[in-house]
Amino acid sequence: MERHGLLINYQFCSGCHSCEVACKNVLKLPRGKWGIKLLENGPWEVTPGKFEWDYVPTPTQLCDLCADRVAAGKKPSCVHHCLSQCMEYAPLDQLANRAAELGHKTAIFIP
Amino acid sequence: MKNEWKSQNSDGSYTVRTCGWSPPGEHPVGCGMRLTVKDGRLVDVEGDEEHPITNGRLCVRCLSLPEYVHHPKRITTPMKRDPKDRGKDTWTPISWDEAWDIIIPKINQLKADHGAESIIVFGGTGREACLYYYPLAFASIGTPNVSQPISGWSCYGPRCAITDFILGAGYPEIDFAGNYPDRYDNPAFTLPKYVVTWGKNPLFSNPDGFFGHSIIDMMKRGTKIICIDPRVTWLGAHAEHVCQLRPGTDAALALGFLNVIINEELYDKEFVEKWCYGFEELKERVQQYPPKKVAEITWVSEETIVTVARIMAQEKPTSIQWGLAVDMNPNGVQLGHSILALTAITGNLDVPGGLTLGPPSSLLGKWRMETRRNLSEELWDKRLGAKTWPAVGAAMATTHPDETLDTLESGKPYKLRMAWINSTNVLAPSSAVQPQRWYNALKKMELIVAQDLFHNPTTMALADIFLPLPTFAEHNGVVITNYGRNAITLGAMNEALRVGDTKSDLEVCMELGKRLHPDMWPFETVQDFFTNQLQPELGIDFEGLSELGVYQPEYTYKKYEKGLLRVDGEPGFNTVTGLVELKSTLFENWGDDALPYYQEPPYGPLSSPELFSEYPLILTSGARKPTSFHSEHRQIATLREIDPYPVVEFHPETAAKLGIGEGDWVELENMLGRCRMVAHLTATIHPKVCHAVHGWWYPEQDGEAPNLFGVWDANLNTMIPHKTIGKLGFGAPYKQMICKAKRVESSSIKD
Ligand code: SF4
Ligand code: SF4
Ligand code: SF4
Repeated sequence: MERHGLLINYQFCSGCHSCEVACKNVLKLPRGKWGIKLLENGPWEVTPGKFEWDYVPTPTQLCDLCADRVAAGKKPSCVHHCLSQCMEYAPLDQLANRAAELGHKTAIFIP
Repeated sequence: MKNEWKSQNSDGSYTVRTCGWSPPGEHPVGCGMRLTVKDGRLVDVEGDEEHPITNGRLCVRCLSLPEYVHHPKRITTPMKRDPKDRGKDTWTPISWDEAWDIIIPKINQLKADHGAESIIVFGGTGREACLYYYPLAFASIGTPNVSQPISGWSCYGPRCAITDFILGAGYPEIDFAGNYPDRYDNPAFTLPKYVVTWGKNPLFSNPDGFFGHSIIDMMKRGTKIICIDPRVTWLGAHAEHVCQLRPGTDAALALGFLNVIINEELYDKEFVEKWCYGFEELKERVQQYPPKKVAEITWVSEETIVTVARIMAQEKPTSIQWGLAVDMNPNGVQLGHSILALTAITGNLDVPGGLTLGPPSSLLGKWRMETRRNLSEELWDKRLGAKTWPAVGAAMATTHPDETLDTLESGKPYKLRMAWINSTNVLAPSSAVQPQRWYNALKKMELIVAQDLFHNPTTMALADIFLPLPTFAEHNGVVITNYGRNAITLGAMNEALRVGDTKSDLEVCMELGKRLHPDMWPFETVQDFFTNQLQPELGIDFEGLSELGVYQPEYTYKKYEKGLLRVDGEPGFNTVTGLVELKSTLFENWGDDALPYYQEPPYGPLSSPELFSEYPLILTSGARKPTSFHSEHRQIATLREIDPYPVVEFHPETAAKLGIGEGDWVELENMLGRCRMVAHLTATIHPKVCHAVHGWWYPEQDGEAPNLFGVWDANLNTMIPHKTIGKLGFGAPYKQMICKAKRVESSSIKD
């Protein structure tokens, strides 16, 4: 089967944590465990008053790319609920093209 | 959207489509979702991709809804406690009939002996209850006294009032194509070139029904952002410009922008000529605010002031989204006035991609207005503080909040004897200032009824009868953005399940109303009630709305040209002069300056230099997080995992000087009070400013008095003064106080 992954257009990730909680709901994870976890870079000053400040959600070893949801024709829960709609799920080659199209601050994860 | 809103699943569960509001608390965003129930339990919440605004997206509060609905600490049956035992956890479950048998004779006795005005209803912000606590007071109980116990009515009310006075219109909201089923692609819509978020972080506050992440939708399409905020927020870090101003100096900044736009003649001359009143006087006034002077006052550089002012005038459309910082400021009326003037003279009012305006009458607002008919003129005249504060009295159907505390304490002009706390946690640091004073004053009530879902510091400290509410998953209702004052969506809220023996705000209004004022409540069921409201305006019944899912009223731009803003159908604005009042006729009548002006915050380096030398940090507060709605959600484990403690932000240099490290417990103190929070160090805040969060208490702690779930420990509102408000009675300094800070060992002030 074609390999799939998660694309994060992290210039728009607002750090809302919806992906984390949406994922916990699917994987039924308790506190202290995550299928995807938000990491934060910054805020630090690039030039006075201009900040680098990004959130990047990172799928963990517990992520199964929502196999059951996908089999049922749904999007992965994190992708579906992301408030910024900055996550995408697709075959890897499509994601690579999509990343090139988005231009910058885009990551592709293969959990 | 599909017509079908309820479906049976093969495993015996069923799924109900609904639009979210509250409880749990939230503004009327109405995010679309599908709730799946199995064996009487809410087992799944899935965002509804068909929803035109949210497209399946949900925030962490709705994603954790099952935890809230089935929380072991939730109260799902009415409870009573002997008033002698206030503060003790000695509650006994009772039936609704027993509750009515205590409440109704008491109301009747108070009405007979002291008049209905001796009863007061307290309501909070945002929750669905905002639609129902006025009718609860006016049409079910029969008292004219409704209070939102927030000093200077500093929440949404001022902005609505200012808009009413200056534009004679419903709430102004930025155009985000919310009225169009095809959204941003609709040809009538123009993408704003810039959105200015002013004293607001819409991403997490979802203000008054605006789906905050619509800002991101527009950024993806090319909208640029300007943030006016004392902190560089995440949105600020992704904005083109940030005006990182000294807290509370916003009106000076606004007048500085006006100065540049007017003096450089960048304004929309045709609009000003045709539709504005008082331009010459405004022009003269803004001469007092040259950018250089404004830069000194606000700490925003002269260059930024000029650049941003030019963008606002030249890049069209640009819309300004004003926030709570307009309300929480004794100078806020002038700030709001200036922001509306900026929007008007730059030609961004009621145009595609600009600032939309609600028509003069609210969607589904008729019934709410009519409930006042239950009160005689004589009774209405007794509304606390309405005469002393005529601007507040004219714009709000409530008491004056600060005057209310004075009355509770003094018994003047008459004694309040019974309180009904509908949707506010008065003692927690979310609305009332000087909460100890409210606590002591409310203790004198003969009876206190509270409606909520969990015990909180206020119910534990004060209530005698606790009436349990259902969550929005558990009752029928409607959700309407801006409470109908500028309706972008009207969503159906469908009951998916019911846990325990609860009654919604409307059900309580109806049951109590039918017993006390039956003529006001001629409806058999909740569905009948909504059908009665929906039929005349939408031509559908409640089932019809459930099938529709979401109704998006059509929007008409430039209503002022078409006679759609004035009650008499003439072109123009629904104001005294029929124009946008750059110079206000009403303000002058009420004894304030007709033109906007800047006034220093009541405490700070310039207005209280002596106190400032002792308390040398400027304290701002109230930024929202996605994990709570004001004082709600603190008991939800999933959300506490994300935000476990209240946080105060310092600049690293400031923290270093104070010996404060990341994660240390810190005590903030000023001449009025103190509180404890965890330090977070960040260069996104000015070295002279700290920011503290609001709404914290600890449900995991002992609830009995005096601890009251640790309500006094993180209680920032002890540090904010009573009745330090604007001339018209609006606005209090919640966001521009002063304090000092020191490292401490624990969260508890007692230690
Ligand atoms: S794809 Fe599914 S399992 Fe993986 S992080 Fe997203 S929600 Fe979790
Ligand atoms: S849900 Fe989306 S916007 Fe929110 S934290 Fe996750 S990736 Fe970021
Ligand atoms: S904004 Fe959050 S809490 Fe409010 S309805 Fe939407 S998902 Fe629910």
